Amino acid sequence: MPSPIAETLAVMLLVATLACAVARPRGWPEAVFAVPAAVVLLVLGVLPLSQAGAEVRSLAPTIGFLAAVLVLADMCDRYGLFESAGTWMATGSRGRPVALLALVFAVASVVTAVLGLDATVLLLTPVVLTTVARLRLRAKPHAYACTHLANSASLLLPVSNLTNLLAFRASGLSFARFGAIMALPWLAAIAVEWVVLRRFFATELVGRGETKVATPLTIPVFASVVVALTLVGFFVASVLHVNPAFAALGGAVILAVPALVRRHAKVRDIGLALDVPFLTFVLALGLVVKGVSLHGLSSLVVHLVPNGTSLGSLLLVAVVAAVLANLINNLPAVLLLLPAAAAAGPGVVLAVLIGVNAGPNLTYVGSLATLLWRRVLRQRGEELPASEFLRLGVVTVPPVLVASTVALWASLRLVG
Amino acid sequence: MIQPVRVVVWLVEGTWQGCLDGAAHIIPPDAQVALLHVTPSDVGEITEASTAGLLGRAFRAHRPTGHFEDVADEEASEILKAAATRLGRESTELVHRRGRVEREVVNAVAQGVDLLVVARDGDRSRLGPHSLGHATRFIVDHAPCPVLLVWPDEAPGIESIPPPPGHHPPHGPHRESP
Repeated sequence: MPSPIAETLAVMLLVATLACAVARPRGWPEAVFAVPAAVVLLVLGVLPLSQAGAEVRSLAPTIGFLAAVLVLADMCDRYGLFESAGTWMATGSRGRPVALLALVFAVASVVTAVLGLDATVLLLTPVVLTTVARLRLRAKPHAYACTHLANSASLLLPVSNLTNLLAFRASGLSFARFGAIMALPWLAAIAVEWVVLRRFFATELVGRGETKVATPLTIPVFASVVVALTLVGFFVASVLHVNPAFAALGGAVILAVPALVRRHAKVRDIGLALDVPFLTFVLALGLVVKGVSLHGLSSLVVHLVPNGTSLGSLLLVAVVAAVLANLINNLPAVLLLLPAAAAAGPGVVLAVLIGVNAGPNLTYVGSLATLLWRRVLRQRGEELPASEFLRLGVVTVPPVLVASTVALWASLRLVG
Repeated sequence: MIQPVRVVVWLVEGTWQGCLDGAAHIIPPDAQVALLHVTPSDVGEITEASTAGLLGRAFRAHRPTGHFEDVADEEASEILKAAATRLGRESTELVHRRGRVEREVVNAVAQGVDLLVVARDGDRSRLGPHSLGHATRFIVDHAPCPVLLVWPDEAPGIESIPPPPGHHPPHGPHRESP
């Protein structure tokens, strides 16, 4: 097939896949649309089998790692780790809204870094909101803190975000080195979010919450210890040149087995936590994006991604990645940018991650998706979210991008 | 026959006690008082937006997150009951709504209300901006009735207002020149 036609077809299929993934006609899982798109590209020869095989082999370990982290986070929820974090935040804050926000920042940043952004959005946020409601405080600043930190505090470790996991292998960095370089950018992003949210919601963070009969704080010791050991395991594995996915797998198994034996969880629950449709979607999306980048788009992307590690080029990379993430969502954005970024070196890969991770706080689903999603909401007769989300994004995303990229630039010079 | 004055007091988490106390001695004794609380619907929308951003996770993302609104509703009725006791008047009407807070409050006072009482937001250690949050600002701007803005605590002294730029406080009391 001539390259321009193949390219057009691949781009159309990518757009259709993303559109369906957001609109989800009939409420079907996203994989239902992504898998046929990948199959069409294979059958028409737009994506040669050999290339597809190579892509599957390169994505498989990442998807395995992701699966283990998903189960680990779900087990932490079953062992009551998030519930106890809620009780800890309520008692620790003594009903003072700014103190509570500080504790939400601390917990959300750590949970995102160690268990990934999915854990913060799906498991921690509901707990935070109930905690705030029980304290009789205004929920909005805390809700925004969770949604924002799920993105901007996902810079620290390869496990913090699926985008990081995808970039981790391509970067050639070890787990420990990734964390060491990204520590400063992570702290910079959290600091900027704190300063901006604290000011933005100054009028909402008022009064004193009502601490009623306090629930006694019971820390699930076993789960906490296993998570801490898993974290240590990531670094030990990286020093021993073992794939850190095995540490995540170990942690997930050690938590799952007693839960199964004591019937706190069924095999079916673990199957649900594994989220096979999601894993399939990631694989299929990877193949579709590969089809797009094979036919000319990759050379275009190479021009978009400057390959120096001067502060100027790192900033440019982060901005390009953030813009792309806002146009088409950060998952396809990172898949598109990775080949060119990896060729330019680990510093550039990490700058891409700053852009694709912090960028989505601007339009939350990527603007293409936002448009669709708003249509879906309107069809369902639901109200559109306030313009507040966008206003807060405009005042947080640019300073986070700059501060984190400057921190990355300094970090690359310090850590090397 | 003279109709009794109809007063609506809007209660918000964090300031409701102060708002009631500040309004109690201003509301006429024979007024018909309604206490209003609105559970915000946009908090759920914010979290829904962030789950929509998780491309590919729809399968897990439909886990119930409506728990917050149930708890918030439960706490709201507790607040309303406690507020009625605190006000200590007979036949106080309790109104609980759910939705966009600013819109619901304006709708609630759209007809036949003589006074809406709202509390100031923001920093309580000084007089000055920013004293109105987004919802309060909208309500003050749009309410079709008189609005009473009360301090949820004792108001700080006038000296908490910083002097205007370039102003040097005079030494001693100011005297008019003859």
